[in-house]
Amino acid sequence: MKTVTFEVFRYDPDKDKEAYYDTFQVELRRPGYLLLDALNQIKWELDPTFTYRRSCREGVCGSDGINVNGVNMLSCMTKVEDLGSDHLVIQPLPGMNVMRDLVTDVDDFFNKFITVKPYIIRKSPNPDKEIYQSPEDRKLLDGLYECILCGCCSSSCPSFWADKKYLGPNAFLRAWRYIVDSRDEGAEERLPILNDKHGVWRCHTIYNCVEACPKELNPTDAIVKIRKMLLDQQI
Amino acid sequence: MSVKIEYHKFDVVVVGAGGAGLNAAQVASQYCKTAVVSEVYPTRSHTISAQGGISAALGNLEEDHWHWHMFDTVKGSDYLADQDSCEYMTRLAPEMIIALEHIGLPFSRTPEGKIAQRPFGGHTAEFGKRAVKRACYAADRTGHAMLKTLYEKSVDQGTHFYSEFYALELLMNEGQVNGVLCYDIQNGELHIFNAKAVVFATGGNCRVFQTNSNAHINTGDGLALAMRKGCSWSDAEFFQFHPTGIYGAGNLITEGVRGEGGILLNAQGERFMERYAPTIKDLAPRDIVSRSMALEVLEGRGVGPNKDHVLLKIDHIGAENIMEKLPGIHELSLVFAGVDCTKEPIPVNPTAHYQNGGIPTNYHTQVIKGNMDGEEYVPGLFAAGECASASVHGANRLGTNSLLDLVVFGRTAGEQAAKYAAENSLVGLVDNAGSEGVANINKYANANGKHTFGEIWGELTDVMQKKMSVFRTEELMTECYATLNELEAKMDDYKVNDKSSVYNLDLIEALELNNMILVAKACTSAAILRKESRGGHFRDDYPDRDDANFLKHTEVYLEEDLKTPRVDYRNVRQKPISVETFPPKPRVY
Ligand SMILES: Cc1cc2nc3c(=O)[nH]c(=O)nc-3n(C[C@H](O)[C@H](O)[C@H](O)COP(=O)(O)OP(=O)(O)OC[C@H]3O[C@@H](n4cnc5c(N)ncnc54)[C@H](O)[C@@H]3O)c2cc1C
Ligand code: SF4
Ligand code: SF4
Ligand code: FES
Repeated sequence: MKTVTFEVFRYDPDKDKEAYYDTFQVELRRPGYLLLDALNQIKWELDPTFTYRRSCREGVCGSDGINVNGVNMLSCMTKVEDLGSDHLVIQPLPGMNVMRDLVTDVDDFFNKFITVKPYIIRKSPNPDKEIYQSPEDRKLLDGLYECILCGCCSSSCPSFWADKKYLGPNAFLRAWRYIVDSRDEGAEERLPILNDKHGVWRCHTIYNCVEACPKELNPTDAIVKIRKMLLDQQI
Repeated sequence: MSVKIEYHKFDVVVVGAGGAGLNAAQVASQYCKTAVVSEVYPTRSHTISAQGGISAALGNLEEDHWHWHMFDTVKGSDYLADQDSCEYMTRLAPEMIIALEHIGLPFSRTPEGKIAQRPFGGHTAEFGKRAVKRACYAADRTGHAMLKTLYEKSVDQGTHFYSEFYALELLMNEGQVNGVLCYDIQNGELHIFNAKAVVFATGGNCRVFQTNSNAHINTGDGLALAMRKGCSWSDAEFFQFHPTGIYGAGNLITEGVRGEGGILLNAQGERFMERYAPTIKDLAPRDIVSRSMALEVLEGRGVGPNKDHVLLKIDHIGAENIMEKLPGIHELSLVFAGVDCTKEPIPVNPTAHYQNGGIPTNYHTQVIKGNMDGEEYVPGLFAAGECASASVHGANRLGTNSLLDLVVFGRTAGEQAAKYAAENSLVGLVDNAGSEGVANINKYANANGKHTFGEIWGELTDVMQKKMSVFRTEELMTECYATLNELEAKMDDYKVNDKSSVYNLDLIEALELNNMILVAKACTSAAILRKESRGGHFRDDYPDRDDANFLKHTEVYLEEDLKTPRVDYRNVRQKPISVETFPPKPRVY
């Protein structure tokens, strides 16, 4: 059976002054063995004190964004063999405070996404039935509503690292999801938040976030469109 | 472990942040101070995985009626559901879907801009005549779209969230529920939420089976906590084995695939469901399709080197259609089966998917305790979602009726809990409130014995898979129960290696494992005593339904040792609210 070396970031604030790396030999027990299978193997068989997040195990809950050989990804949707290396360096998502091992503090990330008012804002009264939306208008939400809040994007973003208050690609993507929704009437409330000095202008459009997104979403595209809307409004 | 406890006071505390918990919370928050405690961040709850749809007789594409939906639900349940609850849920369904749409759920649309609907297993028009389009959906990410919408709405409503808080004990004072003890996973601190009303919405427990479609956290904690405080688990023996789990992995392929035209094929390339359910074929309810698949395999018509599964073919509806309506399925098939479903069929077999029963409630979501002589309320306690049983699923749940259950009974729980909180004053805590939960977590935090999670959980899921899943017999289940007792004994010689106060997953897994063994024992004892076959409970030694003796709910309580299940029964509420009873009939489709 093939084995792969996992060099894993370890840190427990209860006992470690500094972080260090632990090395494990992980067996790939079947074709298509996933990174999450490997992490579980480490925890359940090699070292029960190793800790990380996971829940749905199918790429929809966003719990298990991690950094492998410098790239952010979901452990549950990545096949070890596809990484093409016998030596993997496993780290928590960069740019976030580490709580322990692969577990980072995500409160800041969640709070930022909430500041953009990610919910339908209506000024007109609702009809008794559904608010009609054409399939074309509904299509505008594709590529936006699927975000799983994993943080892989923001964690790869140099502006997010540099400016602690920068809202980050995920928040902009979410804001845009509501702004383009034909049922929403809240753009005016959201645009000033996005126009803030920690808003969309901080983005350098270098597409790290797009590359990092495991759901193949495009936050940069949303940012560019928000900017255009802001500029159009100024005229 | 420290016994310093931080105290909080709320009107309503909701345990669980899935669809049921969040809907309860966003409604209760409109009236009173409401907290949600959840083992994971709300958007990471299992509802996020739900794929295919949520049912409501909107009639957007063809004629439909809530009464037909009610009939399908009752028949689908193999007549074990409470018909008042079924009427309540199916009547309210259209209004609930519209409310979800108004708060932003991105439903897929018809050409005129209405909410799109697709067929799903067991949903029919005119009391069983033909399949009907009743499932509202957002591509194949309906649960994801719903959970995020509800989360965002509850944040907007000012709900107080305590994420990565693990509930240890349900608190009571002289029979009145008044709070919950929690452990903060992030720093190891203990918290007591003292509240006027408590809503349980902790989801299901299918992680007790080896092949399952569930998330890591679906371990039956809520059931265990409620049972330790004298509540029962209603219809514990009924699990749903979903026909189309990905072969080898268990991850789900939504029934929406068959709703969009997918068909099941055996090794001879035959569409075998035509033989088992001539009217609605591949869209028969799940218990029937799962058993038909198992029979195909038993009779040697399975595919693969071991002839142990069947194929689900969808490529004939066209790649474009698949990518628009079932994009998530395409991704899952690639990762978990290595199959491109726009070109090849997906290998599938049944996977443990859903806990049909739960903490019993009436249709107002008030938790009840009952037996054949009657029932009474547990004051201050409400329950909704997969952990609860208002009893709309009975012996077999229809697809898309769970998400509906979450929103209907979630909202009702939010309203009822808020009403209860308005009408009652806060009941103080007893002197040693939380001592049982603290003792339990200390037992595992200090456990320095021999056995570990990996070992015991492996044995638990193995025995449940082999002896308590699609086919059951007295002999197998009795053996299963004996093994579970051995595993329970091993928990007294357990080892938690991790001693950290920060994100100690080793400790959480120990607590969950302890709960899983308890719920496994409870459902196995219920299954042994139900000597008939009904819905998802199929016994080779009693292959027929027996209404004379078993048209009744099982209620599993715990004996005083809080370990040994005691099986009791309660009458099915066959009388609906306003319409006539659907009397039990043989189930043919
Ligand atoms: C893959 C898949 C697809 C599905 N598709 C559909 C579908 O298309 N249509 C449909 O109707 N149904 C579907 N279902 C079923 C449906 O998704 C679930 O039954 C439903 O989402 C359960 O919701 P819930 O709110 O009851 O619980 P969950 O969403 O499971 O949430 C449980 C909550 O309880 C919390 N919790 C648990 N234990 C504790 C504890 N000890 N302390 C604190 N918090 C705790 C968790 O953190 C979580 O927030 C599907 C299920 C699966 C697995
Ligand atoms: S494109 Fe903008 S948001 Fe994305 S990583 Fe670069 S700076 Fe960050
Ligand atoms: S945009 Fe992509 S990377 Fe960012 S949080 Fe959403 S799913 Fe994750
Ligand atoms: S475990 Fe849910 S996204 Fe990976």
